[in-house]
Amino acid sequence: MTTQESEAPVTGQPVGGTLRGVGVSAWFGARKVLEGVDIDMRAGVVTALIGPSGCGKSTFLRILNRMHELVPIATLGGSVLLDGDDIYGTALPITEVRRRIGMVFQKPNPFPAMTIGDNVMAGLRLTGRKTANREQLIEESLRRAGLWNEVRNRLGAPAGGLSGGQQQRLCIARSLAVRPDVLLMDEPCSALDPTSTRRIEETILELKDQLTIVIVTHNMQQAQRVSEHCAFFLAAEDEPGRVVEQGETEHIFGSPEDPRTADYVNGRFG
Amino acid sequence: MPAKGSTVEANDSEEPTGLAVLGFGEPADEAGPRRIEARLSGSDRFYRALASTGAGITLLIIVLIGVFLLLEALPAFRAAGFGFLTTQRWDPDSAPPEFGVAAMMFGTAVTAVVAMLATVPLALATALFINEYAPRVLRATLTSLVDLMAAIPSLVFALWGLFFLVPWLQPIEGWLVAQLGGTLPFMRAIATGSSLFNAGLVIALMAIPITTSIIREVLSQAPRHECEGALALGGTRWGMITTVILPFGKTGIIGGSMLGLGRALGETIAATLILNIRFEIKPQILETGGITVASGIAVEFFDAQELGLSALMAAGLSLFLVTIVINLVAAVVVERAKAAG
Repeated sequence: MTTQESEAPVTGQPVGGTLRGVGVSAWFGARKVLEGVDIDMRAGVVTALIGPSGCGKSTFLRILNRMHELVPIATLGGSVLLDGDDIYGTALPITEVRRRIGMVFQKPNPFPAMTIGDNVMAGLRLTGRKTANREQLIEESLRRAGLWNEVRNRLGAPAGGLSGGQQQRLCIARSLAVRPDVLLMDEPCSALDPTSTRRIEETILELKDQLTIVIVTHNMQQAQRVSEHCAFFLAAEDEPGRVVEQGETEHIFGSPEDPRTADYVNGRFG
Repeated sequence: MPAKGSTVEANDSEEPTGLAVLGFGEPADEAGPRRIEARLSGSDRFYRALASTGAGITLLIIVLIGVFLLLEALPAFRAAGFGFLTTQRWDPDSAPPEFGVAAMMFGTAVTAVVAMLATVPLALATALFINEYAPRVLRATLTSLVDLMAAIPSLVFALWGLFFLVPWLQPIEGWLVAQLGGTLPFMRAIATGSSLFNAGLVIALMAIPITTSIIREVLSQAPRHECEGALALGGTRWGMITTVILPFGKTGIIGGSMLGLGRALGETIAATLILNIRFEIKPQILETGGITVASGIAVEFFDAQELGLSALMAAGLSLFLVTIVINLVAAVVVERAKAAG
């Protein structure tokens, strides 16, 4: 059912940005939750961040587009480079950082009072940009997110009336409308049913040639299905989270070098 | 007070078991909806009675105030007739009596409008500043400061307005009158200072803290994950405010403003101290003079004879009714805003 939708116009799309975390550490107050994380998230590649709860992978993801600092007591160390520019420096305005590095949250968060069409356009309004062809951008973004066929006849309906899975794909469409180079996804399917989960995974696979994707997931099968690169996070008791092992997804799941990775990906803990 | 004839009813004939039992179990012999019953526990019944009593007493007090005012005001209404609404003068104890609320109502409306024009933008800006822009270490302090200001007696604001704000505004108002008085009739003035406009500003001082406090509280409840969504799209903080926080908080902004307006309509001491009381409709809002309902009642009360007292009750009843109507309108507006999303 997605074959027509995958024919979304891709001409002139950026292939994606390269995102690189260098020695990233993070604290909540005095508690250190993340230490020395180095991950290269290559352009046009899906990178999965896996690991048990509390290992710091979501914190790392939120550091990648400056969401981390919205928590009052949060601090961080190290740097994050987007195509070579430090996003925590003054090379890029913070709004530009967040526009180029989009985020889809664990809980679908469309603007409930806005219509479906307005939600897709919300990012353009927020960044103060105009588009010559509103209808075309709405259709293109919704097609890329795999939602067009379900909502094409009710773009004027409030977004609050969509199902959870549809809302999440609307959030993906909303992020895509501002043409990000990178899309971060924080357990995007954890609140969704299996059918919606499959639709989102299909969407990820359709998008991966158009931009860089980083996804946090608790679902091992999902990480295997959608990602090419994979980083395994782990936090020992009373210690900050670290990356234990990273590499090709096939390698992490097929022949991991660290015994803890093998235990985790084979479901022996976590 | 259980509502008789409603679909949910307490079954008093049974012994209380401490459990509320909903009767969903019985098979319905017809396809239509069945009657739903519930056996309430003793504590449920007790607290329901307690809450109902409280609500009943509150409503009863409001009704009694209205009835009392109406009965006391009847002689005045008989004496003045329809002229009560159109007469500006206030001589109820002269012969023949001549009095009406026109000047007082006009003054109340002008001061309330001035007060709200000053209060709502200032309160909204202050609330947004505390919630979204102030350094985090200052937020708690600023919040308690605003709440504390709401508790300051209005007399203190009135004195500050009388001895500081109004003299300080005098040269500015004089300049405005000189510049605009020629073209705009309502800006004309022979003498400024004790005017309806200034009374409105001082009333605003009293309305700002409570309005700010309510708006800030409501806006702080805006869903954080939607705010993060707006920021994650590359929005500025102001973009987040207009996209998420204000649409979420519009009913609270209206509600908080209405409480402020209630305070402005009934405010007595500020208008009494500031205004150079004159029972006349004064469209020149910067000119000394004017009167509001509340200050009129306060000023005339001590000299009032029999019909004078009744006339003041009538004026009070008018203000009471205006307040109720405004609150009803506000309730409708809030409901509409809620229904719209």
